[in-house]
Amino acid sequence: MGKVKGNSGPLAQRPDNSAFKQQRLPAWSPMLTANTVLPFFYFMALICMLLGVWLLLTVQSIQEVKLDYTEAGTCDVCFEKRKNVSNAGQSCSCTVEFSIEKAFKGDVFFYYGLRNFHQNLRRYMDSRDDGQMVGRKNKLKNPTTYCQPFDKDSAGRPIAPCGAVANSMFNDSFSLKYHGPTGASVPVPLYRKGITWYTDKNVKYRNPRTENLTLAQEFEGVAKPPYWKNPVYQLDVLDPTNNGFINDDLIVWMREAAFPNFRKLYGILYRADKPFTKGLPVGNYSIKISYNFPVQYFRGRKEVMLTTLTWFGGQNHFLPIAYLVTSSLSFLLAVVLTVVWWKFGKDGKNMEE
Amino acid sequence: MGSVASFFGQLFGKEEKREEERRLRANDRHFNLSFHYVNNAIKTSKYNIFTFLPLNLFEQFRRLANAYFLFLMVLQLIPQVSSLSWFTTAVPLLLVLTMTAVKDASDDINRHKSDKQVNNRTVNVLIDGVLKKEKWMDVQVGDIIKLENNQFVTADLLLLSSSEPLNLVYVETAELDGETNLKVKQALTVTGELGDNIDALAGFHGEVHCEPPNNRLDKFKGVLTVNGQTNALDNDKVLLRGCTLRNTEWCFGLVIFGGPDTKLMQNSGKTVFKRTSIDHLMNVLVLCIFGFLASMCSILTIGNAIWETREGSVFTVFLPREPGVNAPLTSFLTFWSYVIVLNTVVPISLYVSVEIIRLGNSFYIDWDRKMYYPKSDTPAQARTTTLNEELGQIKYIFSDKTGTLTQNIMTFNKCSINGKAYGELFDFSGQRVEINEKTEKVDFSWNQLADPKFIFHDHSLVETIREGNLEAQAFFRLLALCHTVMPEEKKEGELYYQAQSPDEGALVTAARNFGFVFRSRTPETITAWEMGKQVTYELLAVLDFNNVRKRMSVIVRSPEGKLTLFCKGADTIIFERLHPSCNKLKEVTIRHLNEYAGDGLRTLALAYKDLDQSFMEEWKQRHHEASTAMEDREEKLDELYEEIEKDLMLLGATAVEDKLQDGVPQTIEQLAKADIKIWVLTGDKQETAENIGYSCNMLREEMKEIFIVSANTAEEVKEELQNARRKMCPESADEPSVIKSRAGLFWLKKTENVQDEKVDGKYALIINGHSLAFALENNLQLELLRTACMCQTVICCRVTPLQKAQVVQLVKKYKQAITLAIGDGANDVSMIKAAHIGVGISGQEGMQAVLSSDYSFAQFRYLQRLLLVHGRWSYLRMCKFLRYFFYKNFTFTFVHFWYAFFCGFSAQTVYDEWFITFYNLVYTALPVLGMSLFDQDVNDRWSFQYPQLYTPGQLNLYFSKKAFVRCMMHSCYSSLILFFIPWAAMQDTVRDDGKDIADYQSFALLAQTCLLVVVMLQLCLDTHYWTAVNQFFVWGSLAAYFAITFTINSNGMFLIFTFIFPFIGTARNSLNQPNVWLTIFLTSLLCILPVVAFRFILIQLRPTANDKLKELQQVP
Repeated sequence: MGKVKGNSGPLAQRPDNSAFKQQRLPAWSPMLTANTVLPFFYFMALICMLLGVWLLLTVQSIQEVKLDYTEAGTCDVCFEKRKNVSNAGQSCSCTVEFSIEKAFKGDVFFYYGLRNFHQNLRRYMDSRDDGQMVGRKNKLKNPTTYCQPFDKDSAGRPIAPCGAVANSMFNDSFSLKYHGPTGASVPVPLYRKGITWYTDKNVKYRNPRTENLTLAQEFEGVAKPPYWKNPVYQLDVLDPTNNGFINDDLIVWMREAAFPNFRKLYGILYRADKPFTKGLPVGNYSIKISYNFPVQYFRGRKEVMLTTLTWFGGQNHFLPIAYLVTSSLSFLLAVVLTVVWWKFGKDGKNMEE
Repeated sequence: MGSVASFFGQLFGKEEKREEERRLRANDRHFNLSFHYVNNAIKTSKYNIFTFLPLNLFEQFRRLANAYFLFLMVLQLIPQVSSLSWFTTAVPLLLVLTMTAVKDASDDINRHKSDKQVNNRTVNVLIDGVLKKEKWMDVQVGDIIKLENNQFVTADLLLLSSSEPLNLVYVETAELDGETNLKVKQALTVTGELGDNIDALAGFHGEVHCEPPNNRLDKFKGVLTVNGQTNALDNDKVLLRGCTLRNTEWCFGLVIFGGPDTKLMQNSGKTVFKRTSIDHLMNVLVLCIFGFLASMCSILTIGNAIWETREGSVFTVFLPREPGVNAPLTSFLTFWSYVIVLNTVVPISLYVSVEIIRLGNSFYIDWDRKMYYPKSDTPAQARTTTLNEELGQIKYIFSDKTGTLTQNIMTFNKCSINGKAYGELFDFSGQRVEINEKTEKVDFSWNQLADPKFIFHDHSLVETIREGNLEAQAFFRLLALCHTVMPEEKKEGELYYQAQSPDEGALVTAARNFGFVFRSRTPETITAWEMGKQVTYELLAVLDFNNVRKRMSVIVRSPEGKLTLFCKGADTIIFERLHPSCNKLKEVTIRHLNEYAGDGLRTLALAYKDLDQSFMEEWKQRHHEASTAMEDREEKLDELYEEIEKDLMLLGATAVEDKLQDGVPQTIEQLAKADIKIWVLTGDKQETAENIGYSCNMLREEMKEIFIVSANTAEEVKEELQNARRKMCPESADEPSVIKSRAGLFWLKKTENVQDEKVDGKYALIINGHSLAFALENNLQLELLRTACMCQTVICCRVTPLQKAQVVQLVKKYKQAITLAIGDGANDVSMIKAAHIGVGISGQEGMQAVLSSDYSFAQFRYLQRLLLVHGRWSYLRMCKFLRYFFYKNFTFTFVHFWYAFFCGFSAQTVYDEWFITFYNLVYTALPVLGMSLFDQDVNDRWSFQYPQLYTPGQLNLYFSKKAFVRCMMHSCYSSLILFFIPWAAMQDTVRDDGKDIADYQSFALLAQTCLLVVVMLQLCLDTHYWTAVNQFFVWGSLAAYFAITFTINSNGMFLIFTFIFPFIGTARNSLNQPNVWLTIFLTSLLCILPVVAFRFILIQLRPTANDKLKELQQVP
């Protein structure tokens, strides 16, 4: 530690007189005094209350319909049918009905939801190949081993998209009908695109591309995931540009949920034509479901949701209530602290030496 | 490594026999080579280019923490277990390893360089009859080499001849023991005759038998056989490597020990590392954490087993089990996966950060101007950088007196000659006159050789001498002859004395001024000017001083042929050896001595004895035999000395004053206020010690009683101690209350703790060395300890260095308190090494104490700054650091634990892997270092003003097992908030455009942002001293977090490294959502509010001294 200094003389070894070395750096020493703490608590109580009330009002303005269709309506038949694996090939559809008492104003979003489906298991989440999905050709033919056992089919052909996540893709489809006051039923148009993050659709997922080759040719020699009906280049029969890895439904599914209960966006109300220009009108509705996804294995439930949104997102009452609770706690604490301060600390008699 | 090497050595049957005696013959390489002595090349470096990596890594992985992380990394390479990518552990581990390796490498490169430089120095070696320049490393044992002035001594040499008269050689031993005064060495006459005659030297074939290589610098035993005649060799005839030749044109020496065998290299062995109590606590805590980790993983494994049977087995449709893995095996693998995920409870950067903080705080000590002594240009020095926080926990200080409390600048003040006292002034009425600067000084101008700096006030003494009083003349003759001082006379009449102890210097200078001038010495003669006449005495023998003998004698023959033994030494020792005829004089002298001691002066008694020619002849013969003996040489010599040093005639006594250092009483008062107990352990007389005790405020008039224990038998000592104790505390039990407990790693260390007993009133205890020897016996130890600890002040006088260490060890063993020993001389080394912290005063008595100390400075008063400011801050900072560090890591880890209940116990992490990698190393490293390097609760002025602020450290209040548990509870609360608030807030929530935000990646980003904000806020709450650096670190780290996060989530990173940056776009898509920020705000608020409220209430209800002072400090 003995530092040899260049200068000589009687005080050669004298340490520098810098604020840093002498530990005299100018500093600010905040204190937990009554002057700062008490106003802080009252102020926080106020802020939280304002936020809570504002959020509560916002959330209350949201309209939401939620339907568990696992065994509802005519779906109990399908539910029974799906219990048996041998029936997996057969199609089954059913209908559930609901009514809307108050018109949904503005954009209406259609979600499907799953309960008790663990998309967040470590091995499940690892079982995918981002390189394949971003269009790397070597990965298309040679998926990562993480995808096992969904990396090659029994014939040894590579599976695309590989892995458990893609293989377990949700494959129910819905068509919504509005039964207006006139009695006529009008299909509710759902816009099934633009339901993904921009970055996912444009950066994270890309189709392998070669000049002069169609998508189907691109995926030649590649097997579809075993649970899928159609290969990846035929996911959307209506829109050829919505196929391959950039299929919106696929992308939505591939963004794994953090918790076993989750909802995923299915479509957005298309408001070009009457009577849906202002949203969903009051009346009865029915949803025709092509019931494919089996949930009984894992004791899961399936749901659909129709909801409007605000700047705050969907209908989640937790934050507003939490803010109100925090506000009252903060206020309570503030009062307790004030009392304590008043009784013990105010005259500073505890502060005397 | 040593054990490994010796193991292989044994395996190949190459183990060297330990050398028992060294034999060598001059100029006979062939003969000497047959013993396979090592040559003079040294190697202090540990590695070479090829061995560096393996050896260094091996060394590093011997540390538990590093080995643990290596084990984790291996676990991560098993795909079935790996729950985190390899880089989460590899990056931090590599960083830590590289940092240490770079430091080790640069150290080793420096060692290589210095080795190379030293090994390539050249020296003249006599080979085949000619002097040749050779590199140092090629010098062999048995070679004769020629050294010139100012050259370093090449190896341990037997001095053969020199250019100076009488074969004297002067050496400086600064590199060896730090002492800068010249020491003299002398060659044997038989070899001295060789001179610089090359032919004679080349023909010299003396044979040396001597001790094997060892590390004792002050001892050497051997014989030289020349032409069948044996000559004794001792330390005086040996030049050690590390010395420098001074004032000597040339000399020749015979190499005895080379390279690693030299005493210098033998001394640079491993030192025992002192570890602080916090180190020990940390090791225990890390083990606890391992246990805790294991139990957490076990709980999660059980959870996994249950989940696998209930849910996992039915989920296999979507996620088939890997082939050959069933549910129990999955659970088993999960255990290890969770070991990986939760590994952050054992913080990898903990040890590195602790080292950095200690280093920083040591630098502050080096840099402190207020501990710099301008007079001697000495800054304070932290020689050990690993003990800082213990400076804030000192409970007992053991201090030497001379040179520590006093200046160790001796002035000859008073003397008693033949029963008459000199040195005090009396006015006409017989009243004692206070001596001050205006008092008339004795004029020494009649003496040409007088030292002008010498001051004396009593004229009568000069008159007595000039009148020709024989006793007075004999008195000063003794002072002029009996010593080991070296004179230096550069110019005629300008004498300068080089004394190894300031006492001697003062006495010889006094003799000089009173007309008995010591002018020069040779090994066989001493020349002095006695009242203007030159007298040369023949020096027949010197009976050395040492700590056991406590006296020194010389036997001289005057020009008239009279044989005399002059002896000076500690009064008790001399008085035991006086001739009965001196009894009357003895009584008078004892009275004078008591007066001197009462004034705090250091006293010596002087005596002489006329010797009989025939007795002397015979004694000298035996002396020669004893001094050439290879066995029990010292014991035999001691016996001989004892035989001749008896029936002495008393001459008188001297009193030398040693002034107190500046600020000693104030410092002692301050330290006493800080509830530190100070024990003075001194070699002085009881009266001297007592007096110093009064003058430096340790003994005060207001004390109820001062107990003095000076008994001669064990029973009496016991009785006196018990009486003292009963007086202080009548109700105290006869048997001490010893609390036996276990502590340390695995609770293997048994500790015994003697409780403090309550005493009202202040008492002091003085115990002398004789009684102390009894009291330190096993059966009285506790009695001594109990009584001593009840007293405010303890003074032990007449103690030996060994007893000093024993006292320290006694307190260390039974008090479980931190001890500090402070001293300046070689006799304090044992106690400095024994105490938890050793402080050396770099003063007059050489450097040995400093060299073995942990901290050193020039003045005793700096001790209060070292303890009350630096120690207190270091302790505070270290504790704050540890508390915060454990908090932040536990909070981080517990969130994973809660998440396990939602992800099927599948060892899924909550955060992005890169966040896990960077959390400790990048995002939080600097702010916490900033806090623990700059924080001050109150500034240094207040620390001085209120020494009671020091007590929390002594009581271990800031960091203990309890504090650790509190940290864990706090972490537990924070992690609950940090997990469940985002969890609830993200339930079924979507973005404002309806898209996903409850996905795993967004949740991970939210959770980690919340965590970082909360730990930063907690840091802000803990930081009390906000410098610009702290601000910069906190804001910089937050900025770095967002910058790095956005980079990791950027398109470019994903497209280049698709597999390791899958979080593309997450930051952009979720951090622009109001509900994300509202969640962050809420979690921060909920984590912080209770802490603030709790602390505020604590300050209001039970303010500590710190709180009060902080409040006061706020008011300008």
